[in-house]
Amino acid sequence: MRPTIERVKSPIPPGNYFLMGDDAAADGAIVAGCNFFAGYPITPASELMVRIVHRLKEFGGEFIQMEDEIGSICAMIGASWAGARAMTATSGPGFSLMMEGIGYAAFTETPLVVVDIQRAGPATGQATRPGSGDVLQVKYGSHGDYEIIAFSPWSVQEMFDLTAAAFNYAEAYRVPVFVMADESVGHLHEKVAIPDTVERWRRPTQPGAQPFDTDDPDGVPSMPAFGQGEKLLITGSTHNGLGFRKTQDSSVHSRLVKRLVQKIRNAADNIAQSQAYYTEEVEILFVAYGFSARAALNVVHNLRRAGVKAGLFRPITLWPFPEKALLSIASQARFIIAPEMNWGQMAREIERILHRPVISIPQVNGEGMKPETIFAALKAQSLVNL
Amino acid sequence: MSRTLLPYLRLEAFPTPFCSGCGHGILLGAVVRAVNKAGLDWNKLLFASGIGCAAWIPSPHFAADTLHTLHGRPIAFGTGAYLANKSLKVIVISGDGDLSAIGGNHLIHAARRNLPLTVICANNSIYGMTGGQAAPTTPCDAFTQTTPWAGGEPPFDLCRLVEGAGAKYIARHTVFQIRQLINVMSKALVFDGFSFIEVISPCPTHFGKLNAISSLGDFRARLKEIYIDKRRLDKLTASERQNKFPTGELTAL
Repeated sequence: MRPTIERVKSPIPPGNYFLMGDDAAADGAIVAGCNFFAGYPITPASELMVRIVHRLKEFGGEFIQMEDEIGSICAMIGASWAGARAMTATSGPGFSLMMEGIGYAAFTETPLVVVDIQRAGPATGQATRPGSGDVLQVKYGSHGDYEIIAFSPWSVQEMFDLTAAAFNYAEAYRVPVFVMADESVGHLHEKVAIPDTVERWRRPTQPGAQPFDTDDPDGVPSMPAFGQGEKLLITGSTHNGLGFRKTQDSSVHSRLVKRLVQKIRNAADNIAQSQAYYTEEVEILFVAYGFSARAALNVVHNLRRAGVKAGLFRPITLWPFPEKALLSIASQARFIIAPEMNWGQMAREIERILHRPVISIPQVNGEGMKPETIFAALKAQSLVNL
Repeated sequence: MSRTLLPYLRLEAFPTPFCSGCGHGILLGAVVRAVNKAGLDWNKLLFASGIGCAAWIPSPHFAADTLHTLHGRPIAFGTGAYLANKSLKVIVISGDGDLSAIGGNHLIHAARRNLPLTVICANNSIYGMTGGQAAPTTPCDAFTQTTPWAGGEPPFDLCRLVEGAGAKYIARHTVFQIRQLINVMSKALVFDGFSFIEVISPCPTHFGKLNAISSLGDFRARLKEIYIDKRRLDKLTASERQNKFPTGELTAL
C-alpha cells in the first residue's frame, strides 16, 4: 500500500543556520515529525540526543534515556507500534547492541530511524575518531535475510535532509532506516538551510486489513497502531498475515522472508539516490560516500585542473546501492577507485556490481579521509604522474 | 471459564500449548479475571511478553493488542509503547528467565523509573521451553539440565530485587492461590506506578521430572512448604525461614 503524504510547515523557523552535524540531524528529525526518541549516551552521538531532549520538549514528543542501547531499540519498536515516529542515535558499540532489535524491526516491519555516528572500531576502538566501519554491519549485522535502507550523508545539510527523509522512507516501506554518518560529519559545522515546508509520509493504514501480508505488488501491508481495537498480534517469530506464529510452516516462512526482501529490492530504483560529478567523460572514476567523498571531490577538482579526466560517483543511499546509476557511468571509466574510511568494505560491493576490479583506498587510522591520502595512493598505483 | 470472559480470548488459538500440569493455564485465566475485576478496557490493553513458555500466555491467547518481543526485552518494548500512547495499559507477562536473567536490567530500571507498567512474572524456577536448564530462580538444591548434580547458584528473590530497585506495588502467590492471585493482580493493574506480581507456577515436565516430583499433588505440597503467607513466615525463626519465600501483598506504597 502507498503511504499518505501531507505537506506541513516546518516547526523550526525556516532559514539558514550554522549547525553541527549531530544537531542538524536532530532538527531534521523534528521537521520530519519525530515525536519519540529513546537513547543511551555514546560518543560521538550524544550531542544529537542532548539536542533532541530540548527539541522534543519544545515541539512535543517523548524522550527517554534507556538503560542501554538494547533498551533503546526495543522502546522505539514499542513506540512505533503505538503510532510514534521513533528514532535513536548511537555509534559502533551501541549499534552492535541494537542488532537483534534491528532484525526484529525488519521482521515485524516496524518503521524507525537510527542515526549511526560511526567511530573508529572495532570494539571501543577510538571513541572520538571517525570511521565508516559499520556500513556492512548495517546491512548484514542481524541474523537471517532482510533488507533495510541506509543513507550516507557527506555534509551537515545532508545530516538534516537525509535524517528527515529517513522518517518518510521508514514509514512508506515499513522498514528500519539508517543514517550512516561518521564522527567527521557529525561534528562538522556548516551552513544548513531549513525549508519552509516539508513532506511527511505516513504509514498506510486500513482498518481491518492484515498487518503482515498483502497482495499489493509493492509488498507493504497496512500498519495499524496499538489502542485502536485491532487486537494486534505482533511477534518476532515467523507469522502469517494476521500475526499468528507459524514456526513450523515452511511456505509461510519463505513467503514472509521473500516479501520483506523484495519490497525493498523491487523499489530500489525509487529509493536509491546518488550524485555524479564530472562523469560525462571520465577515465578515473572515484566511488566514494560520506566524508571520504569530500576528499575524493577535492582530488577530482585538482585532477581536472591538471587535465586528467577524473570524476566522482557518490552513492547517497548505500543500501539499496544505486547500482543502475553506477553501471551506466562506470562503463566508460578505465579505473574505479574507492577511497573509504574502513578496510575496503564497500569496494567489494562495488566490484560485485561492476564485475571488474576496483582499486580500494582503505583507511583505518581513525582520521577523516584527506585528499593527500588519495593522491598518494594514486601515485603509488602509478595512475597519475603529477 | 465463565462465558462472559470468552470474548477476551482468541478461541482459535486454543487449546494452549502448555504441558499437562503446567501452571501457566491457571495464570492465563487469572489474568483475564483480574483485568475484568479491575474494570479495564480491553481495547486499551497492551500485553507485552518475551520468549519462553510464559510469553505464550498472552500471545496469541488474549483478544487484545499483544506484542511478543525479543528474549528479555518486553519491559523495554512496553516502556516505549506506554510513553508513545499513555492511554495504553501495558501488562508484561513473561517468565523468570526472561525477566530476571537476560532481561534483569530492564526489570530493575523499570522498577526504578516507576512508570505504570504491570509486570507479571510466571516463575517456574527453570527454563522450560529450552528443555530444563537452570534459571536465576532455581533453588540451590534443585536438579536441572545444567546443574545435573544440583548445588547450583543461590537464587534471586525477585520480589526483594524489585523492591530494592524501587517498585511500589509487589505481591507473590502460587497459581494454587487463585483468589488471592486475582485480587493482587487486579490491584496491581490499577496501581499508579510500577507494579510487580510474581506467580509461582509448577513445571512438571522439566522441573518435576528432573527433581522426582511425580504428581501435581506433590508439586503443590512442595510449593506450599517453600511459599508461605508472609504473616506466618514472620513468626518463624531465622533458620526456619531459610529457603522460604513470603506470599501475599508484600509492598503497597
